[in-house]
Amino acid sequence: MTFSKQKNPWRKIALMSAILGLPGAAMADWGLNLTKGVTPYSNTVYDLHMLILGVCVVVGIVVFGLIFYSVIAFRKSAGAKAAQWHESTKVEILWTLVPFLILIGMAVPATHALIMMENVSNADMTIKVTGYQWKWHYQYLDDGINFFSTLESGSNMARQLKSGVDPKTVPNYLLEVDNHLVVPVGKKIRFLTTAGDVIHAWWVPALGWKRDAIPGYINESWAEIQTPGTYRGQCAELCGKDHGFMPIVVDALSAEDYAAWVTKMKAATQHADAGAAVPAAAVAQQ
Amino acid sequence: MSEAATHHEHDHHDHHPSGITRWLTTTNHKDIGSMYLIFSLIMFFIGGSMAMVIRAELFQPGLQFVDPQFFNSMTTMHALVMIFGAVMPAWTGFANWMIPMMIGAPDMALPRLNNWSFWILPFAFTLLLSTVFMPGGGPAGGWTMYPPLVLQTGQAFPFLIFAVHFMGASSIAGAINIIATVFNMRAPGMTLMKLPLFVWTWIITAFLLIASIPVLAGAVTMLLTDKFFGTAFFSAAGGGDPVMFQHIFWFFGHPEVYILILPAFGIVSAIIPTFARKPLFGYASMVYASAAIAFLSFIVWAHHMFTVGMPLGGLIFFMYATMLIAIPTGVKVFNWVATMWRGSMTFETPMLFAVGFVILFTIGGFSGLMLAIVPADFQYHDTYFVVAHFHYVLVTGAIFSIMAAVYYWLPKWTGRMYNETLGKVHFWLSTITVNILFFPQHFLGLAGMPRRIPDYNVAFADFNMISSIGGFAFGISQLLFAWIIIDVCFFKRGQKASAGVWEGARGLEWTLPSPAPYHSFSTPPKIDDKMLAHGDVTH
Repeated sequence: MTFSKQKNPWRKIALMSAILGLPGAAMADWGLNLTKGVTPYSNTVYDLHMLILGVCVVVGIVVFGLIFYSVIAFRKSAGAKAAQWHESTKVEILWTLVPFLILIGMAVPATHALIMMENVSNADMTIKVTGYQWKWHYQYLDDGINFFSTLESGSNMARQLKSGVDPKTVPNYLLEVDNHLVVPVGKKIRFLTTAGDVIHAWWVPALGWKRDAIPGYINESWAEIQTPGTYRGQCAELCGKDHGFMPIVVDALSAEDYAAWVTKMKAATQHADAGAAVPAAAVAQQ
Repeated sequence: MSEAATHHEHDHHDHHPSGITRWLTTTNHKDIGSMYLIFSLIMFFIGGSMAMVIRAELFQPGLQFVDPQFFNSMTTMHALVMIFGAVMPAWTGFANWMIPMMIGAPDMALPRLNNWSFWILPFAFTLLLSTVFMPGGGPAGGWTMYPPLVLQTGQAFPFLIFAVHFMGASSIAGAINIIATVFNMRAPGMTLMKLPLFVWTWIITAFLLIASIPVLAGAVTMLLTDKFFGTAFFSAAGGGDPVMFQHIFWFFGHPEVYILILPAFGIVSAIIPTFARKPLFGYASMVYASAAIAFLSFIVWAHHMFTVGMPLGGLIFFMYATMLIAIPTGVKVFNWVATMWRGSMTFETPMLFAVGFVILFTIGGFSGLMLAIVPADFQYHDTYFVVAHFHYVLVTGAIFSIMAAVYYWLPKWTGRMYNETLGKVHFWLSTITVNILFFPQHFLGLAGMPRRIPDYNVAFADFNMISSIGGFAFGISQLLFAWIIIDVCFFKRGQKASAGVWEGARGLEWTLPSPAPYHSFSTPPKIDDKMLAHGDVTH
């Protein structure tokens, strides 16, 4: 974000209007398009998105081209005389069938991607994600680790009405939490999403999907992250006052780093158990 | 009733009361149509002011003006006011004014019901708008009213439910009236396949209303009993199902989408042939395409909720069914383009808005097709990409065609031409600013900005600022629209309009003088195929 560093909004507007004229490369860091993500599935979705976008652009160029040509060529002021034909069954059949074939061309890869996404079998590990107003709770069903994840305090202070804090000075404004969700790379992780009060939706764009977290329902999804890194997302279903303030942060670690993290967390949990200081909320979730 | 008796009654009716009593008691389709349209314009500005609050808060990251709860009530109310207060009453207003004139009838079939269906609306919206001032604020759970969230609404909750009931009752009454009018009051010789497409699309819309609004009424009534009478229709803890509400809501909601856009198809199908001076291409296929869209609208509802966790088979069915809608919609767009092809076009304001509609609505159609693709929707769902999509179909679709219709028919209603230069300025200002407003929202959504949030990461700041600037400019441009209407209606400026108004206009409504007489056709007109827009399609 080159431009976000500038203080004066009007200078920014001037720059933006200049840059709006330039396509492609100049706007690459503006977040114009879907990102490829870091899972095989998210890459599939990206390719599918580019395919349907491409089809729409081509059809758009043809249709809008015909409209602009008519608008220029068939003006009364240019001396155009109106033809009076108004029917052709052949043409109607043609422009019913051609779109149908194009749609089949889209439906095939879309169905493949969908079947891939809906196959949650053979997962290496399972994490249960529970949405609350307005935080997330994560449970590692295989390791017994669980914790809440809420908006980090710096963002929380800056986001108060008329706080006077410039959001640009807060790192990862509104996209940072106190406890990150830590996962290993190269493992098929099954996510179970549900909610404790109202409906939420768990969404990390880099994983390629979002899934609603609904009280009384347990939804299944999966992700296999290939690249270590930190990936950020947000609640995507309106869940009340602070819907915009319950972000998601996923740390994808290598197998060794992840194992070390699990050991550390287990030790901390045992320590807490021994001291009988288990948070009430965590117990309620067992 | 004999001819003489009809005449006697009309003479009697012409002496209508004056002042406010005239408007309260009127059963005249033109008076009621005017009230619907004025009401719609007022709601357009109220809903628009709410949008200005939203865009002002989103102008920069951080919360500068309103707290998140109020922000959520603004997005909720903006949607309800625009859908039920601005767009739907505008369609009913046009139907009231134009359908009797288009089919050669003296008035609507059920005039008292007509009066009632309008006068419910001011009460419905007084109830709804008053909630903003109640403890706990207005409804803030989104216009979709998903439980359990909507059940957290404060004192506004029962007002919201009853307002929705009232709006629904008004719409159903209006729809019944239109069906009764078209099926019973056509002039002899005005067969169904000679009807103007605006009448056709409105009949189909009316059936959609009658089929879908009661479903909404049922859904919100269940919300009401869940909240106050101990039922648990939508509460998982009580054995109910929160997702069932979404299925019921969208079984109403998707036909509702076509209720908002089908009359627009009819209007554009009237305007383009007029200014291309060429008959509409493929009249019959337009009628069938509208009916096909209406049918499909009942079997695609779950595409609004792909992420709730449906079985694979369900996802695939709703994806394919949704994609199919592209076909009849495409047929319509191609027919409009074919109508323009080899025409003799002029570009008065109604035509500008109609051509703008075809292009910009098609952009909304493209993003709609993209949203139908389930795996991609898992990314797009509930982001600004969706916001951009439905504003392209509803603002540059429905609203643009409403504006086109106002410019097209205003001379017929008032007997005077509006200011053409100002009209064109209004079109260009609207078209440029609306794209600055909504096009960047595609990018925001793809880059990962969820919808319905009052604040965002600084990465989304630039496009939000552009969008807000476009929003303010679009909002201000609409004041020009209001001025152009006031100029004609109240200051009575502008040239006197002829009966035909537009050189290429055909249809019964253009055979009446401008302004149209208080009672449209006291005696049925003789149907002459040459003066109908579609008179020669059945030969």
